[in-house]
Amino acid sequence: MTEEKPRKMAFICSKGNLDMAYPALIMGWAALTEGVDVIIFFTFWGLDMINKKRVDHLKLPPVGNASMRTGMMGFPIDFGIPQWMGVLPGMTEIATALMKKKIAEVEAPPVKEMLEMLHDAGAEMYACKMTVDMMGLKEEDLLDVVDGIVTAGQFIEMTEDAQIIFI
Amino acid sequence: MATKVIANKEVEVNDEGYLVNPDDWTEDIARAMAEELGIELTDRHWEVIRFVRNYYKEHGKSPTMHQISKGAGVPTKELFKLFPKGPAKKVARIAGVPKPEGCI
Repeated sequence: MTEEKPRKMAFICSKGNLDMAYPALIMGWAALTEGVDVIIFFTFWGLDMINKKRVDHLKLPPVGNASMRTGMMGFPIDFGIPQWMGVLPGMTEIATALMKKKIAEVEAPPVKEMLEMLHDAGAEMYACKMTVDMMGLKEEDLLDVVDGIVTAGQFIEMTEDAQIIFI
Repeated sequence: MATKVIANKEVEVNDEGYLVNPDDWTEDIARAMAEELGIELTDRHWEVIRFVRNYYKEHGKSPTMHQISKGAGVPTKELFKLFPKGPAKKVARIAGVPKPEGCI
């Protein structure tokens, strides 16, 4: 009898903006509930997602984001928000609060809670060693869901048979 | 669609083995489905199965993993232990309801 090798997916999280934290979490969760093994590597700004001090303060800056439109705020007319408005004080906070509300509306939990769900479901999570060193972080600065701090090379070894998704 | 005899009852199942009509479901079918998936049902499994059945009756759709965990009060970790490797699909199949469509 030949044993079928389980499918494995690896996500590389390299962004620290709120909207870029969710793709890996949602796809990773979907993979786990389908019986696929999941491994997540947090590198560069993605490290904010597992930084105790940062995880609850991820933001969505509206500047440079052509998809931020008035329609999503519930306005009847859907027009792009001018870039200059995005730099006004408080705009990032407004956009972030709006996005958090939208996320809650589809019943997606906050980032920290989702990380815990994925961890409990068996996902492995690793922090990038070079970024940890570069940012002057220590293991105790990271959430408990993190399984360890590894080098890029170690991550490549771990994901030999995985499908890799870079975010 | 095909008909299949599960636990001495002829029922319609889809390509993936889910019951087409959730009303065909019996506890014996659940046991047979679970056995096929290599799961021996305990009281805790039944709690989850009943929650899923009730949720389906109330909402007309299957609950997602997160909804089961919150609604039935079964922690994620335990859910994945009760129905290893893909609990979303497995619970739905055993409970005789369609595959859940939500992402979370």
